[in-house]
Amino acid sequence: MALFRISPPYLAGANRVTKQMLQVLLAMVPAVIAMVYFFGVAVLINIALALVVGLLAEILMLKLRQRPIKPFITDGSAAVTAILIAVAIPPLSPWWLTVVGVVFAIVFAKQLYGGLGYNPFNPAMIGYVLLLVSFPLEMTTWLPVSSLAENPVDFHAAFQLIFHGETGTDWVADTVSGATPLDAMKTQIGQSILPEYIINQNLFGFAGGLGWEWINIWFAIGGIYLIYRRVISWHVPVAMLAALFIISGLTSMFAPEMTGSPIFHLVSGGTMIGAFFIATDPVSGSTTVKGRLVFGAGVGLLTYIIRIWGGYPDGIAFAVILMNMMVPLIDYYTQPKVYGAVK
Amino acid sequence: MNPYAQIIKEGLWKNNPALVQLLGLCPLLAVTNTVINGLGLGLATILTLVASNGIISLLRNQIPDEVRLPVFVMIIASIVTIIELSMNAWFHDLYLILGIFIPLIVTNCSIIARAEAFAARNPVGHSLLDGLMMGLGFTAVLIVLGGMRELIGQGTLFAQANLMFGDIATNWTLTLIDDYRGFLLALLPPGAFIGLGLIVALKNVIDVRLTKRQTSVVEPVAETASSH
Repeated sequence: MALFRISPPYLAGANRVTKQMLQVLLAMVPAVIAMVYFFGVAVLINIALALVVGLLAEILMLKLRQRPIKPFITDGSAAVTAILIAVAIPPLSPWWLTVVGVVFAIVFAKQLYGGLGYNPFNPAMIGYVLLLVSFPLEMTTWLPVSSLAENPVDFHAAFQLIFHGETGTDWVADTVSGATPLDAMKTQIGQSILPEYIINQNLFGFAGGLGWEWINIWFAIGGIYLIYRRVISWHVPVAMLAALFIISGLTSMFAPEMTGSPIFHLVSGGTMIGAFFIATDPVSGSTTVKGRLVFGAGVGLLTYIIRIWGGYPDGIAFAVILMNMMVPLIDYYTQPKVYGAVK
Repeated sequence: MNPYAQIIKEGLWKNNPALVQLLGLCPLLAVTNTVINGLGLGLATILTLVASNGIISLLRNQIPDEVRLPVFVMIIASIVTIIELSMNAWFHDLYLILGIFIPLIVTNCSIIARAEAFAARNPVGHSLLDGLMMGLGFTAVLIVLGGMRELIGQGTLFAQANLMFGDIATNWTLTLIDDYRGFLLALLPPGAFIGLGLIVALKNVIDVRLTKRQTSVVEPVAETASSH
């Protein structure tokens, strides 16, 4: 009689990469639906384009590196990277922006470092930062929320804008794009307008930017689901959000004229997607428990510093990459003590 | 192999200062945002290398071993000063663009490395050729990297050629991509690092292919020998 040799741990493949990545994708669904609701179907076109390009780039690099294609392509990591970039860039970006960002993320930031598990930097954020540094104009003009737009972009117009740079009708690009709430907040604070007045403009909702606050809340709910399913640990998001909340709270207590409220910072820009989906990347983030707290707090602090004093409206991507660089140092100093070891 | 052919091969390919020794990276990465900038710095480096190798080789039996490095540096610094003043006089606009990187040729490690490793122990003829070939190898990388970054960064080649070749060259700029939006990263320092990395990788791939081909040519002979 042939017996299967079964050895512990007796788990049903709980730690498989594919399973984790599918959970991550699932957790992003509500927020993506919210994005489509607020910014139109262009978001979905971007996601589809990014997925196709990301998978093709992954296959090409695996071929060049003579690695088996099927196990790596089905692990879903390239799909997660592609979708993160697609939701981070403005919805009506020209197609080549998506292609350049995703290809750079997969080819340079991931595969050239050795593929999944070896990349020191978060690939999606490297792709995003490349675009932000190289094409600042395209990357900082967002659609207004569809309820504020004079004529919302339908599927056909979005498709034309993304792939041909024009709608075919008499639309002008300037009438469909504008600054994000974070950008507007920063510019107007620079003109010495008090934040409490700025927040009453129609670009803003009950706490953050109109629409953006709901996208952030849905990302947070998706993130809490990931914590509940043990895909990510609570340390990074909690440390990051706490650091961002405390520093913006202190600033708005002592210098209310230079910052939006702490709640505004929590539900604006990429805060929640950054806290739950980007900073929690298991590969490029810290691996020790204490280290994750330090890493998260660092991301939160740097995000706030870049938002207030930096040259760009949002700072999540730069903060994550800067802290990625610190990870070896953080891990070195936060090694857990071996049980029973005497110092 | 004849020593001259050996020196040529070493400088241009096998021991290329930019691709194999990875020396002189600071000017290499800083000025290669266009072909012309790369060519300008490359020519200045060639002149310095040839002159310093020649002079040091001539004086190699007179220089006491204990103080040879300060002597080398002084010779190299004098040559660079001459080149800097000449460029200031005849290629003033290019001189302004290359700026601090002309005087910094003094600190380019590949020059003192050739002085110490080659010119100080070889006859004048060999040393001059070595300086020329190392310089050409370095310049070739400067031009290729400058071309890559200029093409990707702003969609042109040979922009501002008039800085170097005078007014005839005003129209030499090749605009290869019309209405190009520009790709800023290629012109910024990260573009230089990524570009150099790609060129080094390409050289390694070519080397692997070459050795493979050589061994595959040799193998059948070995097989027939063993089958007897």
